[in-house]
Amino acid sequence: MAEHKKVLVIGGGFSGLTAAVETAEAGFEVIIVEKTPYFGGRVTQLNKYFPKLCPPNCGLEMNFKRVKNSGDITFYTLAEVEKISGQEGNYDVTIKLSPRFVNDKCVGCNACAEACPVEMSNDFNFGLNKTKAAYITHNQAFPFLYAIDGKNCKGSSCGKCAEACKYDAIELDMKPQTINVNVGSIVMATGWDIYDISKLDNLGGGKLANVISNMQMERLASPNGPTGGKILRPSDNKPAKNIAFVQCAGSRDENHLPYCSYICCMASMKQATYLRDQYKDSKASIFYIDLRTPGRYEQFYWKVKEDPNVSFTKGKVAGITEDPETRDLIVEVEDIMAGKKIKVKFDMVVLAAGMVPSTKTAKIPGDVSYTPDGFVAAASLKKGMYAVGTLKSPVDVARSVQDATGVAIKSIQSARR
Amino acid sequence: MEKKIGVYICKGCGIGEALNVDELKKATAGGAKIAADVIREHDILCSPAGLEMIHNDIKEGTNCIVVGACSPRVKFEEFDFPGTITERVNIREFIAWTMEPQNEDTQSVAEDYIKMGVIKVQKGDVPTPNILGDLSNAIMVVGGGITGITAALEAANAGYKVILVEKEAELGGWSAKLYKETPRVYPYDKLDEPRIFDKIKELEAHPDITIYKSTIVEKTDGQPGLFDVTLKTNGTSQTIKVGAFVMAAGWKPYDATKLGHLGYGHPNVITNVQMEEIAKKGKITRPSDGKEAKNVAFIQCAGSRDANHLPYCSSFCCGTSLKQAKYVREKSSDAVAMIFYKDIRTPGQTELFYKNMQNDPGVLLTKGDVTAVTDAGNGNLYVEAENTLLGEKIKVEADLVVLATGIVPATRATQEYFDALTEVGKKGDDAKKAFLEETPKPDSILNLTYRQGPEIPTLEGAYGFADSNFICFQYETRRTGIYTAGCVKQPMTMSDAADDAAGAALKAIQCVEHVAKGMAVHPRAWDTTFPDPMLIKCTACKRCTEECPFGAIDEDEKGIPAYRLNRCRRCGTCMGACPERIVSFKDFSVDIVGSMIKGIDVPDEGYRVIVLACENDAYPALDSAAIKKMKLHPSVRIIPVRCLGSTNLVWVTDALSRGIDGLILLGCKYGENYQCHFVKGSELANYRFEKLQETLSKLQLEADRCQLMQVAISEYDKLPAMIDDFMKRIDEVGPNPFKGF
Repeated sequence: MAEHKKVLVIGGGFSGLTAAVETAEAGFEVIIVEKTPYFGGRVTQLNKYFPKLCPPNCGLEMNFKRVKNSGDITFYTLAEVEKISGQEGNYDVTIKLSPRFVNDKCVGCNACAEACPVEMSNDFNFGLNKTKAAYITHNQAFPFLYAIDGKNCKGSSCGKCAEACKYDAIELDMKPQTINVNVGSIVMATGWDIYDISKLDNLGGGKLANVISNMQMERLASPNGPTGGKILRPSDNKPAKNIAFVQCAGSRDENHLPYCSYICCMASMKQATYLRDQYKDSKASIFYIDLRTPGRYEQFYWKVKEDPNVSFTKGKVAGITEDPETRDLIVEVEDIMAGKKIKVKFDMVVLAAGMVPSTKTAKIPGDVSYTPDGFVAAASLKKGMYAVGTLKSPVDVARSVQDATGVAIKSIQSARR
Repeated sequence: MEKKIGVYICKGCGIGEALNVDELKKATAGGAKIAADVIREHDILCSPAGLEMIHNDIKEGTNCIVVGACSPRVKFEEFDFPGTITERVNIREFIAWTMEPQNEDTQSVAEDYIKMGVIKVQKGDVPTPNILGDLSNAIMVVGGGITGITAALEAANAGYKVILVEKEAELGGWSAKLYKETPRVYPYDKLDEPRIFDKIKELEAHPDITIYKSTIVEKTDGQPGLFDVTLKTNGTSQTIKVGAFVMAAGWKPYDATKLGHLGYGHPNVITNVQMEEIAKKGKITRPSDGKEAKNVAFIQCAGSRDANHLPYCSSFCCGTSLKQAKYVREKSSDAVAMIFYKDIRTPGQTELFYKNMQNDPGVLLTKGDVTAVTDAGNGNLYVEAENTLLGEKIKVEADLVVLATGIVPATRATQEYFDALTEVGKKGDDAKKAFLEETPKPDSILNLTYRQGPEIPTLEGAYGFADSNFICFQYETRRTGIYTAGCVKQPMTMSDAADDAAGAALKAIQCVEHVAKGMAVHPRAWDTTFPDPMLIKCTACKRCTEECPFGAIDEDEKGIPAYRLNRCRRCGTCMGACPERIVSFKDFSVDIVGSMIKGIDVPDEGYRVIVLACENDAYPALDSAAIKKMKLHPSVRIIPVRCLGSTNLVWVTDALSRGIDGLILLGCKYGENYQCHFVKGSELANYRFEKLQETLSKLQLEADRCQLMQVAISEYDKLPAMIDDFMKRIDEVGPNPFKGF
């Protein structure tokens, strides 16, 4: 067999991981780069998948195992692509490796985090709690190595972590590195960000303590989240038992995101089951424009609908205000089927915030064009460059996996010349 | 190979503080009967100096390595010693991080674990792949619609020979019957020309693709790499050898004759498929009198999302009706299109097309449930709807009604037929014979000669769709080397089907590449071991042939299992099923695990409980609990297994007869939303466990001593308490009376 070129995968979320392992298992060498210290992307932050309500870390664990057992995958964390030049079959790529300040000698013992005096907002939990500047996101993280946040760490003037580490794993003077690779094709899988809810003024996003995003809700419900899986509202850490889910929070709205974000209807129904499973006397109220549960997902909708404590109201939420005494929330909504405006009080509101392609803000440093919404214009991509999943249109995990597997065959077509 | 063992014990990460390593080394030398000088320790085994010590020994001939350190889930690069038999013994997570330090019980856990590790390398062997001869790497694609054609082109463009089989005389399937496609690119305002015709041209011109039209698959024999496929074209049969399949047999529109309540039967009530035919011919005319239709009503979810018809959403119909509304509007500027819907479903960027259509004043969208479609005279129809947005009932007149009918997968008919056959078979041979005579047999798709049936098993509770059960792994069918794609999996749009086809083509390629190397495919894609049954001792009990989740084992005329190795996924279910204990893998066998169990010291005082843990989910869950420094009961001994389905009952009976006080089988959730990658591992283990109760009572042992626990990887926080509860129950029933015998 002729020598094949390598394939570069940018992004280590579920799409990127899938593209990487599927390509490698077809007999090709793969380089995968991830900009955070860990693989798994958004999926690691989810409590459960719809519609099976199974844990995402199960599939991740299996894919991590595939990475570990494959001799054909080279992976880099804290890595970002800086430059792409060339053409199909012969791309030169510059990759910047930011310092982790922790080397491979790390054994994951947690001594650095215990010693670290700096607390910072926990991005993995969307700011719902704090973490140390020497940290690991969660106990099933891959690679299982701690990282030190360069922005918040006080550096060698503090050095408490280095003193605490018995394994010579802390390197506070670690420098950024640049590496150059030559590959035959490039898979772009840099994923998505949640729409910034503070832009949703009328819904109290970012302003009212008990108005949270759907991704924050995932962290609240996760056993490895800030509350150990208890659904507690941020203002007073009391159980949130009466929750409103506001659909299309940003999506299908010309002032925010004109497209549908695909996952939010199913996600809110799934989150309603988190709530109902946790508190017997809880109530979930879902406010929607259209319920979108395509294909066999319809069955999940039917199942959730059977629960009398989950209600569905067609209507766009006009505004959310706070009762200053109790910090409860008053949701004002036009109930379209009843033809009237209603006001209802809740303990907490979950905004079903939409998906923003990562390329809206962070463009791929190569010859790629985009739609005004920041999606990759896939039809105009150069040969040998492929976009996956949510970079093209909002999709769920299942469709991302299909797409990433499909893109793997394209990537080997470009790399086998 | 002549084995030379080396045991390496790490003292880092708290292990040195938790254990008396000197004592551990002595106990290992005595207990496992190996020379004291091959048992070494290091302060930090994964450090360069620690690894150098091991590498030096390997240079000196050590080839069986027991690493007593951290979990095999970490430091996998450091402790990778190619060409050796290496066993990682997890004394960090399972002991140092979870048990009382410097305690007699803790010490004995470590002694047992290291000893079991030594036994495992003594009994195991380096795998040599079993590569079957005369393999084909050609891919056969069944179905010549958008899905099949895309799969064929992608596989051929990746350098593989492709054979495409289409049962109709023409290629293209439903997509060739379309007038236009819904917009595919931003800003999603223009209808696109059907893409299929260019693809057909490319397909027909491709040097590596052979096309068989008007052809069905009469029979599929063999296994991945060695499938012998008999094709029948116009009455003539021929046999072709291929390596793997993409099955893209597609779908049928829901039978509109069942939609009488929506007016079907009236000449001017048509389906969305008929609407394409009309639009393709020119003006939108109605069947009854050929008059141009100016008021066209579209009824969404015609059969779909309906408990009496199709309980799922057919995914493409909202987009299709919006597209057909555009036909109506583009072909006649004064025509009106009215769409009656439950919810408009245009997910993702197709929303932009919906928005564009909403801006057209000639397109009227009405939410409501259509209650009746009745004749209004002159060939016109009344459409009545309730639960509309205004809360009132409405009645409008239309000169043409289009029913947005949905998708029925091609796999449904065969599934229903064989389900019915199985049911009737339970009533006896006569009933079965009558059924076969009376019931028309649906067209077969693959007609596999597998013992477990002729078609790919559809997903339970999925209305005949042959989908993967896994969100993370969309191509996990239960027939190795046969990958489904497109609408046989789930209702999807044409673009989604084309993406899906590319993925299935890749999986087919992986399969032929892996069997060429004697490797398993997903989910054990790295594995070169294989089941090696000692058939001379087989009693033809058929448990393995029945229980294999992938139909990998046929039977010969005497009922002796005939392993089709390339269909095997290496889960070990056959090994667990076999009462004669004759199935073994090089590194995993009844004897290996049985000997490890026998290696556990059973003291007269105190309890011993074995946890057989599925290595996919249960083992990482135990690790995760350990990382959180939760306490693990020191009476338990954890042994990882490939899948709970590989649990052989002899392990249980041997353990109990040796005085082990209890056994926990720790595996995946089973049932409707099962998580087992080998389909029924924990369910089968539970079934076998139940059968065991009888034996237990014969031995005068309490059934409580054995329990299967289902655990998800995320439930690690509950695990230690689950084990403690079990220990409490053991304490209630008391020590195993066989102790000391």
